[in-house]
Amino acid sequence: MAHELPYIAAIIEAIQLEMERDESVLYFGQNMATTENEPFVEAFGKDRVRVTPISETAEIGIAVGAALAGYRPVVELYMAEFMLVAMDQVINEAPRFRGMSGGQVKVPIVLKAGYGFTAGWAGQHTGTLNALFMGVPGLKVVVPSTAADAKGLMATAIRDDNPVVYLHNYLLTLDHGDVPDGEYLVPFGEASVRREGSDVTIVGTGWTVDRALAAADRLAGEGIEAEVIDPRTIAPLDTQTILESVDKTGHLVLVDQATRHASVSTVIAGEVAEFGFGSLKAPIVQVTGLDATIPYSEPLEAYVLPDDDKVVAAVQSVLGTAPVTAA
Amino acid sequence: MLNQHKRPGESLDGGQAAGLLATMWRIRLFEERVGQLARSGDIDGLVHLSIGQEGVAAAVCSQLRDDDHVYSGHRAHGHAIAKGASLERVMAELMGRDTGLCRGLGGSMHLVDVEHGFMGATGVVGGTVPIALGSALAARLRGTDAVAVVFFGDGAVQAGHFNETINLATLWRLPLVLVCENNGFAEFTPRSAHTVVERVSDVVAPYGLERSTVDGNDVPAVWDAFGSYLASARSGAGPFLLECLTHRVRGHYEGDPGRYRDSMAEAEWKEKDPILRLERHGMAAGWYGEDELRTIGEAAAAAVEDAVRFGLESPFPPSALLEAAVYADG
Repeated sequence: MAHELPYIAAIIEAIQLEMERDESVLYFGQNMATTENEPFVEAFGKDRVRVTPISETAEIGIAVGAALAGYRPVVELYMAEFMLVAMDQVINEAPRFRGMSGGQVKVPIVLKAGYGFTAGWAGQHTGTLNALFMGVPGLKVVVPSTAADAKGLMATAIRDDNPVVYLHNYLLTLDHGDVPDGEYLVPFGEASVRREGSDVTIVGTGWTVDRALAAADRLAGEGIEAEVIDPRTIAPLDTQTILESVDKTGHLVLVDQATRHASVSTVIAGEVAEFGFGSLKAPIVQVTGLDATIPYSEPLEAYVLPDDDKVVAAVQSVLGTAPVTAA
Repeated sequence: MLNQHKRPGESLDGGQAAGLLATMWRIRLFEERVGQLARSGDIDGLVHLSIGQEGVAAAVCSQLRDDDHVYSGHRAHGHAIAKGASLERVMAELMGRDTGLCRGLGGSMHLVDVEHGFMGATGVVGGTVPIALGSALAARLRGTDAVAVVFFGDGAVQAGHFNETINLATLWRLPLVLVCENNGFAEFTPRSAHTVVERVSDVVAPYGLERSTVDGNDVPAVWDAFGSYLASARSGAGPFLLECLTHRVRGHYEGDPGRYRDSMAEAEWKEKDPILRLERHGMAAGWYGEDELRTIGEAAAAAVEDAVRFGLESPFPPSALLEAAVYADG
């Protein structure tokens, strides 16, 4: 059985279910649990649900220490950029402890942060920094694009014994979707084929999965069948599913909200160029954000971002003059 | 034992003092040997020695239990050894061997010995200060009387995460004892070039936590001050800050030319050396004589040589170790 929920509520449902299931799960962050009658405080008490000052380094550091001592903290960071003031803890403490200790310890923390809020939030609350985290050994990185995945990946993140950066896209916050009832887990490292097709493979993450699907609908009208893949987690990254799809379609378009050289798509392009070169019938094309700080002004904001038109044009360019396969 | 020279509040007895001397000699001789091995190339990586500061490590850690979590920074050999880590396994770690505490993956700056509650050391100044607060939170949530202790230098105090941690530790009243080893130098820079606040215990004054500054080379004084905070933390109070004024005999790292300071004269250092001071103090108190002291020193020297042999005879870790060490399997 399933029920309909907005993406953000699906995340909260997973945290709530995991806190009911496991007393070692803690939840803390800024501007939460400030009154006694908030649902999480009522359900779990102020020992497990805590408001913190605006001290990201201490918040994340405390989570690391509590995790070393056997707890499973979820830190509510609100904006991915707010992690930037605590990067020592995110990149150089939390994921290093297991390796540096020779495997003696584990650090099961979840750093929950929204990203990519390109809706008039200007230069410092709109970044897509996902690729910054994916190359750090010891970190896992989650980027759900549907309400169901948002729930299932959060539950898996909380149960994972490693530090997980859970990045939810703010443009999807109120998008509704069917969410399985009760316990629901989505495994890490398994991409989802969101639409099957034989002519071109389009890979997106987060909000750009929707751009890829919208473009695929339009392309279908032209007789082009696009396969749309959502990796769902970028560390671990399921390159196998992407390579198998490219082997079938021979064409690859990558869509990413990030700037080009800081994008997940660039990493995927490198993997496919190296390990799937023989499958490619045309060069890979990437549709990424332009190399600019996200502008406030709405038309300029739209100008720097990938959109459905750019994805459609990229697919047409990749397929070039090659005859279009009959649908 | 007679405490003939007992000062107000002093609680150290002769047996405990002999134990502290044994620990300090183990650290001192271990680190002197590490310095030699670094120069001969048998220890390959970056090492920072704490020679001169052993009194703080010994007086603090010897009062703790295995379930008390201790964290440290880049100058951590003494803290790990005082908390119970075996000399053999620390030496093997410094040599990058598979038998090391961290199987050779952490090295000098990242010692971890979970079995004895030495939970971690960081190469980033002050990086473990907030992490230690997380261990204190865990102890509180579990309802045990365990405490968390973090060692850091005076250089960490000017970092934002130190202030963030003091704020939250006092707000949440967690059983954390912050132990500052104030050796007057943040890496290569004197404290006076970093801040107008001379005493670390004054930096935290507005938060109202119990705090004090002691002579960190006066081992009975460190023992007393820390013991009193520890007892309060076990009964649910906290946090506490203990600032120990001490002296780093060696450079910031092995190989540091040390042009930024003058060496302390040998005669002055003999007066201040925490080991020699505790030896004189205990002899005056009638706790032990020269024979007992010689036995303590010889036992430490033999243990250090055993550790060197153990390390040199140990294999390097296999590359297959990395897979299990990077990610924990859920």
